Amino acid sequence: METIQENKVIQFTENWSQPDNLSSLRKEARQALNGMDFPTTRVEDWKYTRTARITNKTFSQQPTNLAVEAYKIENLTCHELVFVNGYYDASASTILEDDGLSIEGVETLDETAYAELLEDTEENVFSLINKAYSTGGVSIRLGKNKKANYPIHIIHVITGTSVIANTRHFIELEEGAELYVITSYNSTRAADCFNNAVLEGLIGENAGLTIDKLQTEEQTVFNITKENFVQDPSSRFLMNTITTGGLLVRNGVNILVEGTNCHTEINGVYLGRDKQHLDNHTFIDHLFEHCTSSETYKGVMDDSSTGVFNGKVIVRQDAQKIEAYQSNGNILLSEKATVNSKPELEIYADDVRCSHGSTTGQLDEDALFYLQARGINKKSAQKLLVAAFVGEVLDKVTHDSTRAHIDKLFLRKFGWEF
Amino acid sequence: MLSIKNLHAKVEDHDILKGLNLEVKAGEVHAIMGPNGAGKSTLASVLAGKDGYEVTEGSVDFDGIDLLELETEDRAKEGLFLAFQYPVEIPGVSNVNFLRIALNEIREYRKEEPISAKDFMARVREKSALVELDAKLASRAVNEGFSGGEKKRNEIFQMAMLEPKLAILDETDSGLDIDALRIVANGVNKLKNANNAVIVITHYQRLLDYIVPDFVHVLADGKIVKTGTKELALELEEKGYDWIHEKV
Repeated sequence: METIQENKVIQFTENWSQPDNLSSLRKEARQALNGMDFPTTRVEDWKYTRTARITNKTFSQQPTNLAVEAYKIENLTCHELVFVNGYYDASASTILEDDGLSIEGVETLDETAYAELLEDTEENVFSLINKAYSTGGVSIRLGKNKKANYPIHIIHVITGTSVIANTRHFIELEEGAELYVITSYNSTRAADCFNNAVLEGLIGENAGLTIDKLQTEEQTVFNITKENFVQDPSSRFLMNTITTGGLLVRNGVNILVEGTNCHTEINGVYLGRDKQHLDNHTFIDHLFEHCTSSETYKGVMDDSSTGVFNGKVIVRQDAQKIEAYQSNGNILLSEKATVNSKPELEIYADDVRCSHGSTTGQLDEDALFYLQARGINKKSAQKLLVAAFVGEVLDKVTHDSTRAHIDKLFLRKFGWEF
Repeated sequence: MLSIKNLHAKVEDHDILKGLNLEVKAGEVHAIMGPNGAGKSTLASVLAGKDGYEVTEGSVDFDGIDLLELETEDRAKEGLFLAFQYPVEIPGVSNVNFLRIALNEIREYRKEEPISAKDFMARVREKSALVELDAKLASRAVNEGFSGGEKKRNEIFQMAMLEPKLAILDETDSGLDIDALRIVANGVNKLKNANNAVIVITHYQRLLDYIVPDFVHVLADGKIVKTGTKELALELEEKGYDWIHEKV
């Protein structure tokens, strides 16, 4: 006799609609989910982030539309791809003339080729849910030796009550191509909403991809995002993650460096207030020699907020002459704020230069006193020091309009000026 | 301008100041000398309002205001300036940007209009020239990567920008070569007028060749044990601080 076990994952997804013709990719993802459960804090990778806060709730798919003007980046002419509650909004989106760049629905992706490209990247229960139930996404492809005429801004907005948005995007850069992408996660009048997003892709030989990710949702939104990228030889990948919003945020950046002479750089700034829980997990897997990677994450936690940083770098046996640098710095502005920082370095090659470091502390008292002794109020002095602390990472955002957008956001939200 | 009466202060249960008295009038330059551990820097920190220094007895009157009741920033806004013995490096905070903020907060406190960008930059140019501080240094991060001499010149540059009523120079001369010392002292002398006052805290008489004091006080074991004119500094230099102990 077959016993039917209660499966929380199936329960979580049971009310969601699915396309009539399940693609093989979706079928496989559904099958994988059958045998899975949600991670508990006993699972090392989720030790500090309790996802039961999300998975005990019930979410539904709710297509809608709304005005998105407020989420655009001022003075930036770009392709704007708008997703509201996980559904593509064609009328709110703008696709400009750009030779060599193709932007299509993610459902047009050749699944066999896709599966081959990303077969070595890691899935978890949330990315599989995303794969099985995604309601929209784009597939972006940039041709050989092309530099896109315009950046691409993927605007995600979530709104309503108990909404889940499963967006899934794919980016492929052919040999020698160059692209700049901004992904922003926004919300308005959202209550108990869940952004479960995946962004994947391949950076072809000698190609370069830059991503600036901005998470500014209300503190009523959960956000679990996963970025999986594979780098071919001599390619460059730079990603900056700026997180100020969300109640519980879990970012997972996984980079598989599958060629020699690559450069990988991932940076982040996370600023927590109230009861926010902001978690950044990163994983750089060096499989080949002569590559460099650099990682700088900085957190400033106030009130009862919690920050998590877990950065893992693996240097495989054949990956000689690797230079990997990783650092995580945190400032606690309140006695109730917490940071869990875990840099991990696994090295199997013998000729490498790797360093990692983690610091967590209060603002420098001597610097604070110095500024006050010049007549600056304690609050202003604190702001100056915090802005200086995260400024080092913000300077990695080299596109002027995006940087101005972030500066404005910080000024509005925290009163910080740069 | 400044009237310190019977000041007692301690740091972590150690009594450092043990009944210090000092009167400073507008237009005067006072030098406070003394051996290491006498309490010279403690006096500077207590006057500036640094955390961790507990005043247990006595009073400090600054132009009619109870200085000890004020927050550090408000003491600065009332016109007190401390040139640090060890200026702090603050990466990421630009020197001029922070001075603009300081100046405008001070002006706001005094109910004055904020300084215009043009006037501010003109002032930066004028005052950085005063201490021969490279204009490029003026706009770099506060003290970051500055040499010892540049840090001290930066202190006097800030003093020039903020135009305090009372400046306390805490061992500004220590670690400086003669040329740098001369530049720093020249800066201070040019800023000196009949309406402001300077307290020079130093271990060495050398500085007083360049900033000539009206009074020299000897601080030993938390008290001022001897007061004289500039000749006292020379005598101290010659005979050493033990001479004071023997006399007292």
